[in-house]
Amino acid sequence: MKNKVSSLISILLFVLIFFLFYKGLKNSNIYTPVTKIEKDIPFFETKIFDKNEDISSNEIFIDDNRFYLLNIWASWCVPCVDEHPFLLELTKQQNLNLIGLNYKDNDIKAEKFLNELGNPYSIILLDYDGTLAIEWGAYGVPETFLIKEKKIIKKIIGPINDDYLNEIKELIK
Amino acid sequence: MASLIGFYSLIFGFCLSFFIIFFSIRNYKDSNNFDTKIISLTFLQLFFVIVSFFGLIFSFVTSDFSNETVFNHSHSTKPLFYKISGTWGNHEGSLLLWLLVLTLFIFLFLIRSKDQTKQYRVLTLLFQEIIIIGFFIFVIKTSSPFNYIFPVPDEGLGLNPILQDPALAIHPPILYLGYVGSSIIFSSTLSAVSLGYMSKGWASHIKQWILTSWIFLTLGILLGSIWAYYELGWGGFWFWDPVENVSLMPWLALTTLFHCVLVLEKKLILTSWVVVLSISTFALSMCGTFLVRSGILNSVHTFANDPERGLFILIFLFCLIFLSLFIFFFFHKPENKINYNFFLLSKETSILVNNWFMMYFLIVVLIGTIYPIFLEVISSQKISVGPPFYNKLIIPFLIPFLLAMALGPKLEWIKSKLENKIYLILFFVLSLFLSIFIIKILGTNFLFNTILITPAFYLFLITIRDFVSMKLKNLSQNIAHFGFSLLILSILFNNILSTETITNLKVGETFQAKNYKINFESIDQEERQNFQSFIAKFNIENSDGSIEILKPELRVYNQPNIITSEADIKTNLLRDKFITINVVQNQEYFNVRYQIKPLMIWIWLSVLLISLGGLTSLIKKKYEK
Repeated sequence: MKNKVSSLISILLFVLIFFLFYKGLKNSNIYTPVTKIEKDIPFFETKIFDKNEDISSNEIFIDDNRFYLLNIWASWCVPCVDEHPFLLELTKQQNLNLIGLNYKDNDIKAEKFLNELGNPYSIILLDYDGTLAIEWGAYGVPETFLIKEKKIIKKIIGPINDDYLNEIKELIK
Repeated sequence: MASLIGFYSLIFGFCLSFFIIFFSIRNYKDSNNFDTKIISLTFLQLFFVIVSFFGLIFSFVTSDFSNETVFNHSHSTKPLFYKISGTWGNHEGSLLLWLLVLTLFIFLFLIRSKDQTKQYRVLTLLFQEIIIIGFFIFVIKTSSPFNYIFPVPDEGLGLNPILQDPALAIHPPILYLGYVGSSIIFSSTLSAVSLGYMSKGWASHIKQWILTSWIFLTLGILLGSIWAYYELGWGGFWFWDPVENVSLMPWLALTTLFHCVLVLEKKLILTSWVVVLSISTFALSMCGTFLVRSGILNSVHTFANDPERGLFILIFLFCLIFLSLFIFFFFHKPENKINYNFFLLSKETSILVNNWFMMYFLIVVLIGTIYPIFLEVISSQKISVGPPFYNKLIIPFLIPFLLAMALGPKLEWIKSKLENKIYLILFFVLSLFLSIFIIKILGTNFLFNTILITPAFYLFLITIRDFVSMKLKNLSQNIAHFGFSLLILSILFNNILSTETITNLKVGETFQAKNYKINFESIDQEERQNFQSFIAKFNIENSDGSIEILKPELRVYNQPNIITSEADIKTNLLRDKFITINVVQNQEYFNVRYQIKPLMIWIWLSVLLISLGGLTSLIKKKYEK
């Protein structure tokens, strides 16, 4: 008798634990390193892709009424291919400027990548050695920052997907 | 190519499981002798897993980026050593390591259990194969390390730089030998329960497996802790981080299990303890894997954020738990209580008392680790449980625990009288005075500290006396308990006496602290294979005029781009001097953190001593045979 009761109790207990773990798994939170939300964008100077011109960050994020989306990408980055259609989709947004940051890439391969998949960016900045990405506090490629009034209001680690696309559209309404 | 071989040998290994099960069941039913074909098959399975593992290592070494795992976790500029250790520095590879250890242990078990009965060996194999099949499916279906990507990328994404460290390169394999090694304890206990095979002989047979797991688990935790000390740059060695806790919980369960088996070996009691603890140890190891790998907890160990993987481990874990509960409740016959009386003053009573303390510690750690998760699920409230919680709940109970640890081994089995034991009281008085004396000198006049240090000293002195009196009868126990008292003492004095200075300095500046002066002399830049290193030079002038040069480092890794801070530590027997620097955003200042941590080396040495105790016991056992 005693045996039955204790077995029943322990089974119920474990079922409960299972259920709680299961629920915990559902709202699983993806680990993000401390993000620089609402932080000022870093000041930087770099070259423009395909042109031999220097540009500084002050010349890029001029208009405080517009949103800017800085996307770190590279032709060798496989997930970048996945997120590319979403970036192209975002070019339809009126009040959004897409800025590419070409990360540790080869110019010819990057050119080929854009020719094949399309170019969503209004301007592409170069980051041969990856120092710019460090200044932005990026963790890897791809990574995307949404900027308003020279402040980072949203940081996306990893490729943009449907959910992020909708989130961005909501944010820039 | 290597990936392809690896993948197919994984499939072959998986298929072999069914052959093994088929032959085992046939052997179990039909013949009287153990079929040696089964051993050959288990060896073949082990061989396939080894081939698969080496296939993955080979892909890492040759930087074959057509392999998704290699692409995600390696980079061509990474040093060879870390290419190899990168093999298990990720979710897929580490699961392959799980599988390797699982198959290795069952093979070793079969060749080392020839004196046990056929039924028991076959049934243990069957239980182990259930676990092995589960992990094969897990690896192949949800986390195959051999996924192919096309087009082949030119370059990989790199291994997290904080994992590029010698201690951490060997930490996973050592820890896994302990963690996964507990699977064999789980399988053989279930098998022994089902067959009613529990006996004194079984206890001494299973003891060596418990010890093996325990030694590796202890060393694995030690390595992780050393790594956290010098790599994370906080200057502590234990943070009560959930990831640390999930390795501590199986350790607590395993330690308790070991003591229960000692009693079982002598007296054939506490069988229920042994069964429950064997199941708990493995369940806690699996639970740890679930917690750190599913993404429920966030840490460097969280490689997989794919809920499908978490769900698989969760379901599999609970299947195993329910299976073992079923076996426990339906097959286990507890020993007859009437037959056996516990006397207050006996070895088994003191072991039982300490078992309850250990269970208490285990439950505290368990609640501290999973309560925040449950709370978030139920009320979406986020809380974080930190050191104060554990300190408050654990430290007071350490006092009786240490006393029982000192006195317990002095008692006899069954029943003993306290004659000729005046020295026990003398030693207690001695350690009390010693503690009061030390606390007075240090000036941290806490009643609390005295009460805490006294039992630690007591255990320390009593174990030293045993070494001196050359009672080598219980050498292993003596070493381990001595190590434990040393650990507690080192931790206590470390906590009381640590000092720290945090300041922002730029090159050429000096900071004057109470007893020393920190001069920031220079900073140099060096190019290394896969990182850029900024080495600062500090000149510490102590009040006694001695000068020490410390060179902490900042590393900017190229792939992925991460800055890590490498501490510089000057160690001697009395204290560690620990310095780290960090960048301060957009300024020429550096954040400097200088710590003096007394007795650090003794913390590591005492843990080594504890595992040496286990090793002595294991060797002595073999020698006696």
